[in-house]
Amino acid sequence: MSELTLVLVRFGYLAVLWIFVLSAVSVIRSDMFGARVARQASRDQAGRSQERRAAKAAGKTRSKPVRPRRGDPTSVAILEGGNSGEVVSLDGAPLLIGRGNDAAIRLDDDYVSTRHARIASSGDQWYVEDLGSTNGTYVGSTRITQATAISLGTQIRIGKTILELRK
Amino acid sequence: MELVHRRRRGAELFLLLLSLVVGIGAYAAVGIGVDGKVPADIITYGGSLSALVIAAHVTVRLKAAYADPVLLPIVSALNGLGLAMIHRIDLAPTGHPAHSKFAAAQLVWMMLGVLGFITVLVVIRDHRRLQAFTYTFGLAAVVLLLLPLLPGVGKTINGARIWIHVGALSFQPGEVAKVLLVIAFAGYLVLHRDALALAGRRVLFVDLPRGRDLGPILGMWLISLSILVFQNDLGSSLLFFGLFLVMLYVSTERPGWLLVGGVLFGIGAYFGYLTTAHVQVRVTAWLHPFAKDSGAYQLVQGMYGMAWGGLTGRGLGQGAPQTTPISWSDFILPSLGEELGLTGVLAIILLYGLLVERGLRTALICRDNFGKLMAAGLAFVFALQVFVVVGGVTRLIPLTGLTTPFLSQGGSSLVANWVIIALLLRISDQARRPPPEFSDVSEDMDSTQVVSMR
Repeated sequence: MSELTLVLVRFGYLAVLWIFVLSAVSVIRSDMFGARVARQASRDQAGRSQERRAAKAAGKTRSKPVRPRRGDPTSVAILEGGNSGEVVSLDGAPLLIGRGNDAAIRLDDDYVSTRHARIASSGDQWYVEDLGSTNGTYVGSTRITQATAISLGTQIRIGKTILELRK
Repeated sequence: MELVHRRRRGAELFLLLLSLVVGIGAYAAVGIGVDGKVPADIITYGGSLSALVIAAHVTVRLKAAYADPVLLPIVSALNGLGLAMIHRIDLAPTGHPAHSKFAAAQLVWMMLGVLGFITVLVVIRDHRRLQAFTYTFGLAAVVLLLLPLLPGVGKTINGARIWIHVGALSFQPGEVAKVLLVIAFAGYLVLHRDALALAGRRVLFVDLPRGRDLGPILGMWLISLSILVFQNDLGSSLLFFGLFLVMLYVSTERPGWLLVGGVLFGIGAYFGYLTTAHVQVRVTAWLHPFAKDSGAYQLVQGMYGMAWGGLTGRGLGQGAPQTTPISWSDFILPSLGEELGLTGVLAIILLYGLLVERGLRTALICRDNFGKLMAAGLAFVFALQVFVVVGGVTRLIPLTGLTTPFLSQGGSSLVANWVIIALLLRISDQARRPPPEFSDVSEDMDSTQVVSMR
């Protein structure tokens, strides 16, 4: 093997190594903050198209409900607070929680906002999401800032009220 | 405007193919350098390496679609490079017949590692489930660490008693213990961080923790010290204590813990220096490697090798890394430095840097605290290992026996590191998955006004 080939192999390999490093860096760079998505706009659009779809499907039956699996949560129980002991079925999900008249779970609690939070499902996972309440929604001991996954027995605190999912 | 992470599986595949070029290219270059021709078995070797990597990629696609796209390619490149380098040292004439089969064994270990990787991704669907095993894992880790001390099972190799032998298999339980410890620490700290973050006395702008909270750190300190004294293993001792300290700092945000830990470490290190001959030898070799009878033959050989490599190296297969004792394991980095030069070693260290950065990034964007702590801990395991090894072989700190992740020969470490990567991918999949969209309740009309009083 000639000296020239060896030198070429040597530098060629170092070049390959660095090309790999730089490509990895460039993937990281393009991934730094994630993709920009006009989330609010897409949500509005989704809402509008859903309304349209709902209007169209007014005559037909409602979209098919997902059959619940065994072991999935079916109700929300209120453990503490003015409404303790109440159990609300999850059938009408998403459930709005608040002091207002339109809330599915109406809480008689001074620390609860009119539209405080909601419980909704995505796939087979349940989430609780704060709707910009004044006093916040807590899962465990942390105040949530975005939709947070909850499972059976996770305690959600809203004002003086504590709720959890039940089978 | 909101930011959502994309899946990026295509980018991962592209980087994986490049990483295979790095791994298989190194194997070919070794063949050209040593024998003057591309080795005949490059098809079978390249095929098996590609099959392993593709299997891992398909698993990620199916089981963790949103996971970080850079972690797996970096690991694949490092592992391929390590295999090629071990193979290169196998080829060198050392006059030591047992040294000719390391690369083949390492390829088998890599298969087991990828198998462990796939198993973790398939079995563990949600890393938060692991929090339930906090104390089980903690106990298991302590038992694993004690195993080598048992007579009959444990065995002393190169002065350190960290191996167990079952039949013909030898295994380093400490490598598994390190994964379990990260999970146990994360589970423990996530529950007790509030108490541990309470400030005690204030000394020189730093809030020291309260005296009554010192229990856990003292316990961990004693465990690390006993590893040093009874097993003669400087590296693991440093790794476990450093890991606990960093996770404590990350969870409480109190620099006071670093101060307390640093002082404890200083005391422990000085105590170790006074009592164990093993540590004294290492320190002497570190301070005076070129003195007569310094016991630093390995260190000096490694440094001469790196110096001979210079800026661009001798070329793969062109150096003489076999003259350094244990050049395929502890000293694989100087071997690579000799043949790839500073340019190559910088690329490798940069790859480790990117690996750790992706781990810490995962910790940053993770939504639950347990996952955050676990990701930070796992990333730090790599960071500390690489620092200790590179610092050791370049004489920044005394040489300690830790493995270079994914590069150096050694099965237990390779399997454990693949499992760590799988756990990191699992957490990053959860963290990068876009939050669910609900578009049923209209929020715009009469939602609660947020009044900020601050």
